[in-house]
Amino acid sequence: MEVKFNLNGKPVAAEIKADTLLYDLLREEGCYSVKCGCETTNCGLCTVMLDGKPSLSCSILAARVEGREVFTLEGLQKEAEEFGEFLAAEGAEQCGFCSPGFIMNVLAMARELDEPDMEEIKEYLSGNLCRCSGYMGQMRAVEKYIKTKREDR
Amino acid sequence: MQVVNQAIPKVDAKALVTGKPVYTDDLAPKDCLEVKILRSPHAHALIKSIDKTRALKVPGIECILTYEDCPDERFTMAGQTYPEPSPYDRLILDKRVRFVGDAVAIVAGKDKACVTQAMKMIKVEYEILEPVLDFRKAKDNDILVHPEENWKSLCPVGADNKRNLCACGKDEKGDIDEVLKNCDYVVEQTYHTKACQQAMMETFRTYTYMDVYGRLNVVSSTQVTFHVRRILANALCIPKSKVRVVKPRIGGGFGAKQTSVSEVYPALVTWKTGKPAKIIFTREESQIASSPRHEMEIKVRVGADKSGKIRGIDVYTLSNTGAFGEHGPTTVGLSGHKSIPLYGGLDAFRFSYDVVYTNVMSAGAYRGYGATQGIFAVESAVNELAEKIGVDPVVLREKNMVKEGEVMPAYYGETANSCALDRCMAKAKEMMHWDEKYPCKDMGNGKVRGVGVAMAMQGSGISAVDTGSVAMKVNDDGFYSLMIGASDMGTGCDTILAQMAAECMNCSVDDIVVSGVDTDISPYDTGSYASSTTYVTGMAVIKTCESLKKKIIFKAAKYLDCTEEELEFDGKKVYSLKDQREITLRDIGNRVMCNNEDSLSASEAHSSPVSPPPFMVGMAEVEVDTETGKATLIDYVAVVDCGTPINPNLARVQVEGGIAQGIGMALYEDVVYSSSGKNYSNSFMQYKIPTRLDVGKIRVEFESSYEPTGPFGAKSIGEIVINTPSPAIASAISHAVGAKIRELPITPEKIYYGMKKQ
Amino acid sequence: MITINNYVKVSSLQEAYELNQKRTNRVLGGMMWLRLGAGRVQTAIDLSGLGLDYIEEDEEEFRIGAMCTLRELELHEGLARYFDGAVKESVRHIVGVQFRNGATVGGSIFGRFGFSDVLTCFLAMDAYVELFRGGIIPLKEFIQMKRDNDILVSIHVKKDQRKVVYMSERAAATDFPLVACAVAIKGEKIFCSVGARPMKAILLEDVCPKKEEAGDFARKSAKAVPFGSNMRAGEAYRRQIAGVLIRRGIEKIMEG
Repeated sequence: MEVKFNLNGKPVAAEIKADTLLYDLLREEGCYSVKCGCETTNCGLCTVMLDGKPSLSCSILAARVEGREVFTLEGLQKEAEEFGEFLAAEGAEQCGFCSPGFIMNVLAMARELDEPDMEEIKEYLSGNLCRCSGYMGQMRAVEKYIKTKREDR
Repeated sequence: MQVVNQAIPKVDAKALVTGKPVYTDDLAPKDCLEVKILRSPHAHALIKSIDKTRALKVPGIECILTYEDCPDERFTMAGQTYPEPSPYDRLILDKRVRFVGDAVAIVAGKDKACVTQAMKMIKVEYEILEPVLDFRKAKDNDILVHPEENWKSLCPVGADNKRNLCACGKDEKGDIDEVLKNCDYVVEQTYHTKACQQAMMETFRTYTYMDVYGRLNVVSSTQVTFHVRRILANALCIPKSKVRVVKPRIGGGFGAKQTSVSEVYPALVTWKTGKPAKIIFTREESQIASSPRHEMEIKVRVGADKSGKIRGIDVYTLSNTGAFGEHGPTTVGLSGHKSIPLYGGLDAFRFSYDVVYTNVMSAGAYRGYGATQGIFAVESAVNELAEKIGVDPVVLREKNMVKEGEVMPAYYGETANSCALDRCMAKAKEMMHWDEKYPCKDMGNGKVRGVGVAMAMQGSGISAVDTGSVAMKVNDDGFYSLMIGASDMGTGCDTILAQMAAECMNCSVDDIVVSGVDTDISPYDTGSYASSTTYVTGMAVIKTCESLKKKIIFKAAKYLDCTEEELEFDGKKVYSLKDQREITLRDIGNRVMCNNEDSLSASEAHSSPVSPPPFMVGMAEVEVDTETGKATLIDYVAVVDCGTPINPNLARVQVEGGIAQGIGMALYEDVVYSSSGKNYSNSFMQYKIPTRLDVGKIRVEFESSYEPTGPFGAKSIGEIVINTPSPAIASAISHAVGAKIRELPITPEKIYYGMKKQ
Repeated sequence: MITINNYVKVSSLQEAYELNQKRTNRVLGGMMWLRLGAGRVQTAIDLSGLGLDYIEEDEEEFRIGAMCTLRELELHEGLARYFDGAVKESVRHIVGVQFRNGATVGGSIFGRFGFSDVLTCFLAMDAYVELFRGGIIPLKEFIQMKRDNDILVSIHVKKDQRKVVYMSERAAATDFPLVACAVAIKGEKIFCSVGARPMKAILLEDVCPKKEEAGDFARKSAKAVPFGSNMRAGEAYRRQIAGVLIRRGIEKIMEG
């Protein structure tokens, strides 16, 4: 079957099977930033924005994105770099394998929450596992990023 | 220092944070055969027959390989220097399966769907055998995990496959029984740690293809690029010259990828078919058929006199290596050799051990490598000793901890040439406000907060074994290429080695290009494990830079027509101390590319006769719900002496990451088997690694000593950091509610019943 | 991962119902649990084109569409106000925001999972399920029914003035609960629902004790509930914790 949707701002038509997952389709479409860490919806590495909401592409049927809008990190390079600088300044990206999914959710949070405190931030990002950093460096980066964004406003 | 000890971002940071395709699966050719493993449902069985006729008819299937297609020469998947201490007990596929999840057949086809379908159609007939599942009953059991005649052990580690022994041994000084008999206080307890999973976010994965020279090319997520070359040559029984291994960016390792877990399968497929092949372990496979921490049961006896002087420590470790012996003989050593020496001036010590085979997943290398298990036991016992004596555990440690300059008999007789353990303790105490918080505080809402402490050490590389070499050359316009054989697994060794080179050459990190590991091109390095890269490979960088500087000056002398003795190199130019003559590095770099007979490159190797321990102190503050036993980590303070931190940010994140993993081990992570040996902890749904809501606050400081044998005074950092959480948290809980938990993980249920026992 | 041969985004409940009569066909919720199975689905029935992702509130009740996500439940101001944050508390520990943006209320309730926080929470309320064929029936009856081929359309929760508290005990923050518990008090009556036993939630209805008797009442209630053991916790420990949670729930409600 065919699915048509908007990927990173561009229309896409792709041939899929009924059980093709969005995760697999996105990698086929060259969005290699999207990673899989667990297959059981626990790690957050496959996070993409579906109609603006952070979602787990490993558990979404590709067929279900018909007519919808999907963003991966490939389509948010400027924002990724902007937050990524904060992350790298802490050395907290480490192996980098969880970074794309984590950054997607940070960007989603920055859009959704107005002036979140640290507890709210932690809770919002709790579905993003990281085994390298122990999270502290990530949180320092998020805190500085949110603060800078607020000051820029 | 201009570059070393500076918190610069990692050289690969930008690619990683923008999600560039730099990992194994991102780079694999699109026409790779998909490789999957059919795995045993039985803990112990002999394969009677495998019928693959129907499966081979599935469209798209390329081949189905069984034990009949594999060489009958045993090898080890452990990434260690040859001759490996780990026994040669593996075949790629064996007629005997030894745990639930052991490989039975390799299936390769054009896509996942056809391979999955074919796997369901393979009929395997097993003769089911009784398994050995309890590691306490494994030694000299009638059931043998490795009865085969071609099993072999290359090193004298006390292995005997006819006794289910992967290793055994003893190390002692003085008469421990006599010393303990004369102690006023003796604690004797048994501690049990489980087989934790490294759980790096990128599972095991490899792709392989044949190159134009008829050689097997292997791109793999590994920490031991050079060892993989040997392991594959051994496994396939082909010359080592026929194998090339390349490491791209890798998504974490923590020791898991110091074992060649995934490489043999696509390698065999490509070698047999000539076609490119790829295997991506599922998370389930990574949980049930991988290389987790060795489960250990450790008996500790520790005694002190009336004044609180610790006089003797006796440690016996029983280690469970599972179905295969990877890292079995070596991990166990650290459980005693890196716990007992934390205490100086002992009258006697004894450390003895057995490592046994059982029918569960093989263990491997995990950050801390046995030290973690031993330190949980010894530090817990010392905490119990403090309670028995009635003294603050910090005070007991201040009195007994190893001091700088002291010889450590239980650490191969090495001297602690750099040791700031005393300063680490003082700083941690201040950060935690220990004196106000010890032992506990009732919060008045059914919750009590307790504090606990533990010390730790590790090594820096394997003494007189680990070898790091690097090569460096001057290019056009004077930029440098730094070629290393150490495998950056996300920790940032590409960056810190470049920092050291930049410091030596008096330039910026931007002037240095670092190349990752390719066994055809990179200089030899044992690999990134045993906390060796900073300390061992770092020294090789310094030596190489010294050689290269000499060559630059030699060349400049020729161009300037003067003697080398009168020239100085300042990083940008070589200039004469006598007159105005000078030449820039840029000009040298360009001029050597024309009419030149002196190669402007250098390569040096380094190995160290000693392995200087980093030291640290960890303190935990934990809140316990007195009605439910639920423990919540509030605050964790870590103060580390890793010598000079080469990159303070990366060192800090190493500490924070290691502490978080240690918290996971202490409170949540457990590999659970059914009574028939099925692994229940087969996903991130059932094996819970900490989220950011589970780790409380982790605060890190450095109290640096200066290690005279290390690069810029540096020692290691990567492994030591996982060692303190388990004993510190266990002690904090004991201080809060009295429950003494000696088996990890410390679950609410164990705490609850621990409180009831009071 | 399950295999799916055919995908149909239905245009009416009638169409969904008819397709669902075939045993090998399945209705999709958020696909969080369904995909983890190993079975084969002939036709996957997608309800997401039917506008069932609503939360409606009037004087009488809340009506929550089956395709409403757990995240929408969590963020709904009306629910938060009326139940004093109990519904939010029941979902906020579930994996993470991305997961809750996918998981649906219908999937959670229809699955009648042992670990379900959502089911445990609604069970203590005056809640009903609306089935396409079966009509509106109380949730407590629905959970006893065998899985059938009907279609879950929505959940109705009455505004009957009951005060509800939701609590769960978890080892790790976003793990399944060791025990989950919702306590609701309405006048003289008390409703305690206990989930993650680890079997599916069970409801106890009783006369509300006095505050000083809450401890005894809670222990007695927990004794009446069957528990089991799994790798997360043992039966006896679960019973103990359930007693603690019920008592705390009562105290919290009574202390306002």
